[in-house]
This record gives sequence, C-alpha cells and structure tokens, in this order.
Amino acid sequence: MQSPDRLDATFAALADPTRRAILARLASGQASVTELAQPFAMSQPAISKHLKVLERAGLISRGREAQRRPRRLEAKRLGEATRWLERYRRLWEGNYRRLDALLEELKAKEQKWET
Amino acid sequence: MGDLKVTTPSDREIAITRVFDAPRKLIFDAHTKPELVKRWLLGPPGWSMPVCEIDLRVGGKYRWVWRHDRDGTQMGIGGLYREIAAPERLVATEKFDEAWYPGEALNTLVLVEQGGRTTLTQTMLYESREARDGVLKSGMEKGLAASYDRLAELLASTR
Repeated sequence: MQSPDRLDATFAALADPTRRAILARLASGQASVTELAQPFAMSQPAISKHLKVLERAGLISRGREAQRRPRRLEAKRLGEATRWLERYRRLWEGNYRRLDALLEELKAKEQKWET
Repeated sequence: MGDLKVTTPSDREIAITRVFDAPRKLIFDAHTKPELVKRWLLGPPGWSMPVCEIDLRVGGKYRWVWRHDRDGTQMGIGGLYREIAAPERLVATEKFDEAWYPGEALNTLVLVEQGGRTTLTQTMLYESREARDGVLKSGMEKGLAASYDRLAELLASTR
C-alpha cells in the first residue's frame, strides 16, 4: 500500500491532459524525450517538466541506455490510480442497486393506487 | 439498470451518471423523503442510517448520520438546500462532521426523464483540487473496508 502523499502526487499527475497523452504514448512502448516531444506543440524543456512530474508520481521510469534514457510506463502505479475511481464507482453502484429495488417497490405501489 | 459512470469534469469536481428504469418523480422522492433515503443511501455493507432529517425548503437544513452496525462507529453529514426544483433539480451544500478535506462541497442533482426512464447526474464541486482528491481517496478506503468486511464474513462462514 502506498502512502497518501504518493497517491496525491499520482492523482495530480494524472489531472493534466498532456501528461495523460504522454502515458498513452508510453503504453505502446518506451520512448526518448525527443520522441515524446514530437506530437506535442511544446518545447523539449516543457515536456521534460511534465516527465519530471510523472516520474515523481512513480508513473514512469528511465531506461538504462546512456544516451537516449528512454522513458517507460510503470503500469502497476497507473493501475493503482485508476482503481481509485473504480472503487468510488463501486461504492455508488451499491447504493444505486438498492435504489433500483426501492424504485420497483414504489412503482408497484403507484400502480396499485391507480387500479 | 445501465452503467454507473464516474468522471472528473474539472479538477474540483466529481460527477456520477446513472440511468434508472423509473420516472424522475420517484427518484426525487427517494432523495428527499427521509423514510426512503434511509433505505438505500447506506454506503458499504454493514452501515445503517439511524438519523435522517430533511427540511426541504430553500435555506432548510438536512442532517444524516450513518452507523456501523458492528463497531458503532458513526459518520455524520449535513448542509443547506440552495435550490429546489422538484422533480428535476436539487442543489445543496454538504459537509462531513469530521471532514478530512477543507471547505464545503456543493452537490447538484439533475434528473432528466425520457420515455419512463431517468438519467441521474450528481455533480460534487469542492473548494480545491486537494479536497476533491481527498474524497476520491476515501472512496477507495471505504471500498477497501467493505471488501475486507466481506472477506471476513466469507472466512467466518467457511469455518
């Protein structure tokens, strides 16, 4: 289980659309900073800044190749972050299943009144 | 009935969307009549809602308290109604008694009915991104607690 601070960093990192696009790109394989900067209308330093945020959040890591230092996705961490939303969803799904049952009961009652 | 979607439309909001096979009047009642709210708005298994007070008028207060059946832990929430347009829209502030995030949230419920079915959208607006994230995280913790409870039940029943 990761610490709350790490979770905050992960979620903050995922809140930005450019960073989500970088993660999507890395999902199809590792890439260098130059390769990652290409599809975005952004300078390399701007991309590097985003990469630092992702790295601090544990969402990406650096490869060993001395020159290229390709970035790669840390899929486990990304999975942990998306599970937050999934668990929150499940909490409400439990409530709404009970509401479904209650609504059926209310509908049946209304029909009884009408007939 | 239909998939529940959780989205984050901005960095201070959480939105929930779900379709129900019922007219919106009944869903509005289920959110505003205490005897009905108590039946479904319970969170993870093992919790009940002994206190559910609702003063349904603009500026009126509501107060809800949940209690864990086994260990007696209580969790309360309250706020004021800001806008009431039955049966389509309800806006209220909300704040937990022991809030772990700063400020109040503003909760907007919108019900759109079409052909006897109703799409519910509930949007929670928080004062900051940190507050919003705190709520998402607690959803995870509650979810975890619920799955541990179920595991404990399963283990107890197989003994």
